[in-house]
Amino acid sequence: MLAVMNVLGALLALFSVYYLLPIATALIYGEQESLRVFGECAGLTLAVGALLMLCTSRFRAELKPRDGYLLVSLAWLSVTAAAALPMMLDAPQLSFTDAFFESMSGLTTTGSTVITGVDKLPYTVNLWRCALHWMGGMGIIVMAVAVLPLLGVGGMQRYRTEPGPVKDAKLTPRITETAKALWLVYVGLTAACFAALWLAGMTPFDAVCHAFTVMSLGGFSTHDASVAWFHSPTIEFVLMIFMLVAALNFSTHYVALRRGDFAAYRRDPEARWVFIWVGFSVVLLTAEIVHAGLYSTFTEAFRHVAFSTVAMATTTGLVSVDFSLWPIFASMWMLFLGCVASSTGSTGGGIKVFRGLIMIKQFFREIFVLVHPSAVAPLKIGGQVVSNQVVYSVLAFIFVYFMSVVILTFALLSTNMDFTSAMTATIASINNVGPGLGQVGPGTNYASLNDKQTWICTLAMFLGRVELFTFLILFSRSFWRK
Amino acid sequence: MKVLILGAGQVGRTAAYHLAREPDNEVTVIDSNEAVLRELQSRIDVRTVAGNASYPQILEAAGIADADIIVALTSSDEVNMVACEIANALYRTPTKIARIRAPEYTSQEKLFADGALAVDVWISPEQLVTEYIERLIHNPGALQIVDFADGRVRLVGMLARKGGLLVGQQLRTLKDHMPNADARVAAIYRNSRFIEPDGETVVEEGDEIFFVAARDHIQRMMNEITRAEEKVRKVVIAGGGHIGFRLARLLEKHYHVKLIERDAERARRVSERLEGTIVLHGDAQDEELLIEENIDSTDVFAAVTNSEEANVLSAMLAKRLGARKVLALINRPSYGELMDNRSIDIAVSPQTVTIGSLLAHVRKGDVVRVHSLRRGSAEALEAVVHGDAQRSRVVGRSIEELDLPTGAVIVALVRSERVIIAHHNTRIEPEDHVIMFLSDRRQIDAVQRLFATE
Repeated sequence: MLAVMNVLGALLALFSVYYLLPIATALIYGEQESLRVFGECAGLTLAVGALLMLCTSRFRAELKPRDGYLLVSLAWLSVTAAAALPMMLDAPQLSFTDAFFESMSGLTTTGSTVITGVDKLPYTVNLWRCALHWMGGMGIIVMAVAVLPLLGVGGMQRYRTEPGPVKDAKLTPRITETAKALWLVYVGLTAACFAALWLAGMTPFDAVCHAFTVMSLGGFSTHDASVAWFHSPTIEFVLMIFMLVAALNFSTHYVALRRGDFAAYRRDPEARWVFIWVGFSVVLLTAEIVHAGLYSTFTEAFRHVAFSTVAMATTTGLVSVDFSLWPIFASMWMLFLGCVASSTGSTGGGIKVFRGLIMIKQFFREIFVLVHPSAVAPLKIGGQVVSNQVVYSVLAFIFVYFMSVVILTFALLSTNMDFTSAMTATIASINNVGPGLGQVGPGTNYASLNDKQTWICTLAMFLGRVELFTFLILFSRSFWRK
Repeated sequence: MKVLILGAGQVGRTAAYHLAREPDNEVTVIDSNEAVLRELQSRIDVRTVAGNASYPQILEAAGIADADIIVALTSSDEVNMVACEIANALYRTPTKIARIRAPEYTSQEKLFADGALAVDVWISPEQLVTEYIERLIHNPGALQIVDFADGRVRLVGMLARKGGLLVGQQLRTLKDHMPNADARVAAIYRNSRFIEPDGETVVEEGDEIFFVAARDHIQRMMNEITRAEEKVRKVVIAGGGHIGFRLARLLEKHYHVKLIERDAERARRVSERLEGTIVLHGDAQDEELLIEENIDSTDVFAAVTNSEEANVLSAMLAKRLGARKVLALINRPSYGELMDNRSIDIAVSPQTVTIGSLLAHVRKGDVVRVHSLRRGSAEALEAVVHGDAQRSRVVGRSIEELDLPTGAVIVALVRSERVIIAHHNTRIEPEDHVIMFLSDRRQIDAVQRLFATE
């Protein structure tokens, strides 16, 4: 217990180093006020972290796997709180509730904002918001390789003992080395994304922020109008490509890029389904939108549908057009697509492709066994057998996921929110997408929510990001009993 | 020729039997089970040595020092390989043959290249049997199909039935039916008696016919002999052992395959490694299970479990329940003879399938392939002709000029990858591969003498 606190202190102290990024920005753009605020926040975070480490240094010990649950939740919450601080003190001067929401939205790579007028924010604060996405993305990658498989949350134990989606038992023999390798890929792709966006016509500052946003599949933008502000099909195209890249498993990228083995993408069963689901949806929704006659030309309809579908499916939530004005079929379809269209080991959210696949295959297996009662039918994904234990975990995960959606929707309804807004806000938050419909639609933001509603959405984002069980287990009595 | 056989299991005993009945061979069998050896010695004329087959002392006692061939056929791949290594290192035995069943070894070609393992030839009975059954399923109607010249030429055995174009006709009419295709009838057995075919021979219903043809012409030739069979779509395999599993893996790409395995653990393992096959846990002799899985619409039922009794019974049951064609793996020759063609369509004998590849290596002259037919009484072989007109009694001569023993028929030649169906005036050139049908195995010596160079 206290050993966890010790690690937490170290983590906070380490996080304070990350403030150098906004401090550098403040220096470049000569924003004195921001420089002071971020400097103070960095000092405070460092002090709290160091103090925590010192106080608990006697209890320093090797962590047990079970401590992982507590560490993940506490780390996520305390870093969120620390990162919220500058947004309360600097320009937008948010309340604690709103700042915490904004910070959580950043770190969980959700991208829903309570700030109206982001165009007028200091450069430093805008960079900080996008940098939180990027940081969160790193955290998610570590969680995916090191924490979740070890804890076996929602079928993730599949990636512990069995070879992952790419037929490599582990990329490197040690988890820390694996994490470093994946970070390298993450940093490299972000740099490529930055260069591409710059070339496509963004200012360097916008390019950095959007590269952060896209690679982490976040959704913050430096403009209220989001991507629509640029009026550039080229920029939209570049963003689309990198959103799809970031929705794939980073282990697959590692194998493909570092070892030059591009067949890795073909072997990755999740990658295939990302493209199948997104491709199918684009065709379907383009037909729907063209039929509805919302745009004068087919090209325009296709451009907006493709961008919105990719942005929503990959749980990014960047906006190029107000799709809440589209037929409800199209907007709902995109929102639900976000549940199942990003890969394990990517920075996307939701149920993930592999759980969706397991659920579908389990359904077909049920039917198959009814027809052939004596059949021995193991569930296979990409030629690899998935054990029943994993199947049960996944089914439990999906059940809890939908129960969470129902309960949180009711919670929002109890605050007198309308049904469409309540349900879509819940789904958009738990999937870490960003925009929902209605009151929280792509044309607006989460600023109109009252405090209670903001906290419910904050909880939803957090739950979705730590894969539900990691947090929910803390409420079981058996967890605390020695 | 002095032959050392390691292991007196199913394959080892058959090898000993086939090799010992050729008078020139001296056969010694090593096995750790003395009772088996005693039993073996009482039936065939071999020497036996009891002990661990890979120990140098035991090999020495068995006379490896002057052996020409060592054939390692124990049930352990590793023992077989080590025995070959020892024979090579200590005794420089010229020819070393090992049975290696694990595909994990045999898929590594470099292992068996020169200078690596001291195994000159590896044989995998399971693989041979699997490929054999696969060929039968791909060509419904055939009772036996064997390959020559890397599969370019095939010898097919089948029963003539009503509806075949050639049935009731003289063989000479064949070229009117198939003007472009090259094929030739090698032998006809009527009521189990050999008839040497010539142009006037009339094919009757019920004749067992062996013919050769280039691989692509097999199907057309089969239609000459029996009514074209419906295409195979559904296959049920009983038994998920080495053979059943490999067979399912070969077939699942082309057919709708179901595999029945009795052992739950084995069924699970097999199902994990197969892609399209439906693996069923149950007993292939369970009528309910067979009916539940629509045995009546099954095209081929292949019983390939380890127990031949189970194979016979489940195949007969499947046939009665409506499977179109049933095939059973039967070790004991006597069981095969018990089957009339009504209860089991094809009896596959693993020994017959395997023994050919061994025989090719013990024959004199450049014999590259031997296939044992009709339970070992007949043989088909492929030999390479060497020398020139002076030193050889065959080179430069036409087939009708050759002094072939009775019952021996040259049916085809392969000349630098080209298949030539033999006619009476076909001339033999050096380095031709000659494919020959021998209705009487005892003529093998005469044939070997004919092809020897002086």
